[in-house]
Amino acid sequence: MQEVIGRDRQLTAEDGAGVASALRGVALSVARRLLFLVTPALILGAWYIVAENQWVQPFLLPHPFVVAERFQAVAADGTLWRHTRVTLQEVLIGLSIGAAVGVFLGYWIAKISLLETLISPIVVVFQATPIVAYAPLLVIWFGSGIESKIITCVLIVFFPILLNTVTGVRGVPRDLRDLMRVSNATRWQTFRKLEVPAALPVLLTGLKTGATLAVIGAVVGEFIAANAGLGFLLNTARQRYDTPLVFVAAIALALMAGLLYIAVTLLERRVLARIGR
Amino acid sequence: MPAGLTARDVVVRFGGLHALGPASLAVAAGQFVALVGPSGCGKSTLIRAFAGLQSLNQGAVYIDDQPVRQPSPRVQMMFQSANLMPWRTVRDNIALPLELAGVPRHEREARVAALLPMLGLEGFEEALPSELSGGMAQRTALGRVLVARPDVLLLDEPFGALDAMTRERVGFDLLDTLRDAPKTVIMVTHDIHEAVLLSDRVLVMSGRPGRIIEDVAVTLPRPRRLDMVYEPQFAEIARAIRAAIRF
Ligand SMILES: Nc1ncnc2c1ncn2[C@@H]1O[C@H](COP(=O)(O)OP(=O)(O)OP(=O)(O)O)[C@@H](O)[C@H]1O
Ligand SMILES: [Mg+2]
Repeated sequence: MQEVIGRDRQLTAEDGAGVASALRGVALSVARRLLFLVTPALILGAWYIVAENQWVQPFLLPHPFVVAERFQAVAADGTLWRHTRVTLQEVLIGLSIGAAVGVFLGYWIAKISLLETLISPIVVVFQATPIVAYAPLLVIWFGSGIESKIITCVLIVFFPILLNTVTGVRGVPRDLRDLMRVSNATRWQTFRKLEVPAALPVLLTGLKTGATLAVIGAVVGEFIAANAGLGFLLNTARQRYDTPLVFVAAIALALMAGLLYIAVTLLERRVLARIGR
Repeated sequence: MPAGLTARDVVVRFGGLHALGPASLAVAAGQFVALVGPSGCGKSTLIRAFAGLQSLNQGAVYIDDQPVRQPSPRVQMMFQSANLMPWRTVRDNIALPLELAGVPRHEREARVAALLPMLGLEGFEEALPSELSGGMAQRTALGRVLVARPDVLLLDEPFGALDAMTRERVGFDLLDTLRDAPKTVIMVTHDIHEAVLLSDRVLVMSGRPGRIIEDVAVTLPRPRRLDMVYEPQFAEIARAIRAAIRF
């Protein structure tokens, strides 16, 4: 009887140890997942300390709580969403058109070397010129509405996507192309079953770069002339020395760019998993 | 129906490099021919010509007296590398030629499944090429050329990545398949034993630019057996081939 109890106790003790170690494992994995929060938390902490002690004048660096309050206020009265929606629209439309143009041109440039000779000079000149140089022209031509920003986005987005498409399509191994040829594959089959899956990883990397650049393109356009958008909000806040609002707009832009990047990364993962990469 | 293969005075140059020829050969329908020769002499180039993948500077190649201008659906080629699509499973890699020919899915899967035991790939249908050993990858590639039941097989060092034992087994399995469904075969190899053991004829090529310099008939009876290696006739044929190759 005593022995049984003893064994029982031992068992409970072992079980307890097991549960504890399992819990520790879970805690560790959760901690590892949240590790990316450490740097932002440190920066926020430093900001708080600097502002709290007034080491920097408040109109240069407002207190984080002031910014948070302001954020809440413009979010509550709908101002923030109104501007965010405009910028988001410009970014998404610009990114889509830019990606489509980049993939299309890139594919044909990779296939037809004559096309590369004809197109690459314009592309390189466009790319080497800073976007701020021709953004004003775009505003003059297409007005201060959403169109000129979309075009700025397209122009800044399509180049990295075009380059990555060219690299991806050119990188398809010769032996695999020959395999498709000996198997009498049609042009369309070669495209669908070889070129797309082979080039997709490189292409998606280009899309990631493009997604972040798209936000820059929209904001550059809004800085020059606009009547709505986060870039416009930021610019008017700056003119009024409303530093907390500048912070709010900048944070909103950072969030938008970050979320867009995460969305493309998730898309990339899903696509690559589906094609078995 | 297996097809006869002919090459007439084939010459291939890559820029200034005279890579092949003039090379002439004729392979009767249903014959198994091994092609040996020093590295870089143009063996791959020659079988790429039969596959319709190589443009010629001179001469022509024929399948049953039809000049080859583009890849023929009667021909399948196994590349020197396994050449699998890294995003496709073993099953989907093997099924590729059927898929491209529009064969419905259930039939594709049945035909792949029928091949797997011979290839020794049962249980690996869902594996990706990155999970295979070199030998398994090459067996997958062998499955891919067999699945479409072509009349002509062009094999570029098909068993190069296999160990000696597997190599013999897969070689004999291939012969079994050919007995059930005869095909014309040209197989490039560096292994004289393998050439003699499997083929009806061994063609020896010179160094670059490669020409056919020797044509050795393998008079061993069929079906071939592994212990034929110890017969005096085998050694004689192997010696004749070895003497003709100037590596
Ligand atoms: N696409 C190409 N462009 C330029 N040169 C080539 C090309 N393909 C082959 N060659 C050259 O042609 C010659 C013959 O090549 P090939 O691949 O036919 O030789 P091989 O007999 O198959 O050699 P190995 O036994 O090493 O596979 C080599 O010198 C090679 O460098
Ligand atoms: Mg070769």
